[in-house]
Amino acid sequence: MERFAALVDGLVYTRSRNGKLALLADYLRTTPDPDRGWALAALTDGLDFPAVKAGTVRALLDERVDEVLWRLSRDYVGDTAETASLLWPEPAAPQAPAPSVTEAVEVLAGATRATAGQRLADLLDRLDANGRYALLKLATGAMRIGLSARLAKVAFAQAFGVDVEQVEELWHGQVPPYTALFAWAADGAPPPDAQSLPLFRPFMLAQPLEETVVDLAEFAAEWKWDGIRVQLVHVNGQSRLYSRGGDDISASFPEMTGALHVPAVLDGELLVRGSHQGGKAGGAASFNALQQRLGRKSVSKAMLADYPAFVRLYDVLLLEGEDLRPLGWEARRARLEALVPRLDPARFDISPVIAAETLDDLAEIRARARDDAIEGVMLKRRDAPYVSGRRAGLWYKWKRDPLLIDCVLMYAQRGSGKRSSFYSDFTFGCWDGDPDAGAELLPVGKAYFGFTDEELKWLDRHVRQHTVNRFGPVREVDRSLVLEVAFDSVHASKRHKSGLAMRFPRIHRIRADKPAHEADRLETLRAMVAD
Amino acid sequence: MWPPFCWGHFGAPQGASGTGSGPGPLWWGMALDLSWIRPEPKGLYLPPADAWIDPAHAVAQALVTHGHSDHARGGHGQTIATGATLAIMGLRYGVMPEGARVVDYGQSVDLAGGIRATFVPAGHVLGSAQILLERDGQRVVVTGDYKRRPDPTCAPFQPVRCDVFITEATFGLPVFRHPPIAEEIARLLATLAAHPERCVLVGAYALGKAQRLIAELRRAGHHAPIFLHGAMERMCGLYREWGIDLGELRPAAGVAKGEIAGHIVVCPPSALNDRWSRRLPDPITAMASGWMRVRQRARQRNVELPLVISDHADWDELTATIAEVDPAETWITHGREEALLRWCALHQRPARALAMVGYEDEDD
Ligand SMILES: [Zn+2]
Ligand SMILES: [Zn+2]
Repeated sequence: MERFAALVDGLVYTRSRNGKLALLADYLRTTPDPDRGWALAALTDGLDFPAVKAGTVRALLDERVDEVLWRLSRDYVGDTAETASLLWPEPAAPQAPAPSVTEAVEVLAGATRATAGQRLADLLDRLDANGRYALLKLATGAMRIGLSARLAKVAFAQAFGVDVEQVEELWHGQVPPYTALFAWAADGAPPPDAQSLPLFRPFMLAQPLEETVVDLAEFAAEWKWDGIRVQLVHVNGQSRLYSRGGDDISASFPEMTGALHVPAVLDGELLVRGSHQGGKAGGAASFNALQQRLGRKSVSKAMLADYPAFVRLYDVLLLEGEDLRPLGWEARRARLEALVPRLDPARFDISPVIAAETLDDLAEIRARARDDAIEGVMLKRRDAPYVSGRRAGLWYKWKRDPLLIDCVLMYAQRGSGKRSSFYSDFTFGCWDGDPDAGAELLPVGKAYFGFTDEELKWLDRHVRQHTVNRFGPVREVDRSLVLEVAFDSVHASKRHKSGLAMRFPRIHRIRADKPAHEADRLETLRAMVAD
Repeated sequence: MWPPFCWGHFGAPQGASGTGSGPGPLWWGMALDLSWIRPEPKGLYLPPADAWIDPAHAVAQALVTHGHSDHARGGHGQTIATGATLAIMGLRYGVMPEGARVVDYGQSVDLAGGIRATFVPAGHVLGSAQILLERDGQRVVVTGDYKRRPDPTCAPFQPVRCDVFITEATFGLPVFRHPPIAEEIARLLATLAAHPERCVLVGAYALGKAQRLIAELRRAGHHAPIFLHGAMERMCGLYREWGIDLGELRPAAGVAKGEIAGHIVVCPPSALNDRWSRRLPDPITAMASGWMRVRQRARQRNVELPLVISDHADWDELTATIAEVDPAETWITHGREEALLRWCALHQRPARALAMVGYEDEDD
């Protein structure tokens, strides 16, 4: 326990990620089994002693320390376990040597509500203040020392020179003290069996698109839904639902774990059914509806009826014993499309691919999408295998959280195709100074989507009624209408008189209520320049 | 170095058992007349002598327990203190205090109004003293700051029997239990040895803590040069003049990184996280202070190696000292007085907190 206590304190005081990694890796390398496995579980909140409650510690201290002195000390220190570790009276009689982590775990795991207090006290008597602190943190499951599960796995991989993604994958089948995992990593034993267990497989993640330009011949586009990303696993008659971080959330969504009967690992978005969000009836309800279901350990019948869950499928990783992850996205997609008809339609549908030929088309489709359950667009390289983590150049996410600026409408142009009878192509500008002191408008961008058909009619009428000049298909309008323009980013540009160019601008709202001189100035837009 | 002590000077405590038996039999039922000593917000005032103890502002006549700046302000008409304290004040303010009057340990000075003041070692820093005040057979001890642990840089605390014990309470919470200093020094040396390519930068209060830390390192067999921040140099020089061996000290300024690697550097706590430390080879940040007992305090200062080393009495020393001195009344000047008051109440010891201003939580 002393080495574990020193590790805990080292992690508390070390600020840098690399420093923490080095400390933990060194501990894992130099500590024998099963101590290191229990320690790892304690540090990553993988240990739980139901018989030991926060009140158990308080009760022990109540018997030993005056309540006023306890309160003053607790207020000063700010942490119950630390206060208790410092106030614990040194035992008068000599004690057995400090317990190992393993001994402490075994003693506490075997405790009942009735015996937990005495067992904890006996252990505390054998430790110094730092040891008591580490023990109390371990016993009450409240480490919170800034060590994520991910960091622990990276340290594990670093300690033994193994691949961290493989650690991630194998980890989920193991329970503390992870002896098989250490045997594999430290002693070269074969990896623990992963295929026949309902394990979590690390997710493939996307990078933000930002300024990247992708070719839609190479990338497929798909909606990104506003639910929670899940993995549904079924193998050997067992099913599990995992969250993005690999937490088992099966208990919160029993209808999902009961719905999959094909041996498979599926990647999708967990959503709750509802019809009020603009989509078709039977579509996804808002994220708020899903929130009703999250974090519940048990689910009532009413919950199941009011907020039925389903999974909108993105991908298939394993199917009937075959690992599909090495295949390209298109091949996996074909397998997924063939699988979906075999699944319960009440519980599964497939996230449709968006038909768009260029990024501009896609931007327009994205801007028009009024379904609140859409968070943005995913772009997936058609030939990319399913690899864990966030790899450069394979998947991108293009979110719908634009920048906004108020501009003044300056010119309008007739559209093409079915819009040829409307003025549907709008040029807008910002003030180059104080409009009340004679500043001028300089054009900053041009947009031809983002509005509804109703809004288009309104804009067309406005243009016709406020025209001050005509240049062929273009009309110049008086400087009276404010448009709230959404855009992804803005850049310095020599091509425009304003010196600025917007990426994917679209008409977000018509601000007929706002006087034109209150529209934004160039300096505001300039401050948003990304590079 | 300092005069030998004998109990004959000021009387050893008698039969103090620490069992909470209350005021000693001598004083049982006797009313104390303490009108000649008055706690004021800016210090303890002795009206018959028109003198103050550790006043927070300039006064006509001041008795100063020790050289820390919150106790030893400048500008008094007359300053009465030990020779070392006066030397420290002289160093700090550039000139010897006006009307300096040296009183050595064990010696007394007669003030106006029939008050006699005797200076007794407090074990806090070089020159630190408790002040025993006597008038009409009544005895009051003002501890200033004190500790009970041995310290190679100053004379040890002497318990003095008294009616009123006026104590500090800087670490007056039961969570403060300072470990043996040898353990902390061993951790410091182990860290240093484990990182020969780096250095350990220790933040330590420039008066007292820094010199004690260095002297303890020497005692533990560490004889390599120790590098000093500029703010430390003059005080270390003063300690040497007073006969304290600190081994080889070198200024850190202008020294190449390679030369400092593998060594200890001592700086004031305020310099720990400032730009100054960038000149050092990847320093491991340590701090020597009683506050380091509490993790959150250490983390607030970005300390990687907290060393629980204090020049103040910890909780056990505070309470054991009260029990040993066994006064009729305990007054508490500064620190966490609420908990110490509670302890006195639990042990049936009359006590009161004095609302003193101006004393700081030293970086101790
Ligand atoms: Zn002091
Ligand atoms: Zn003080």
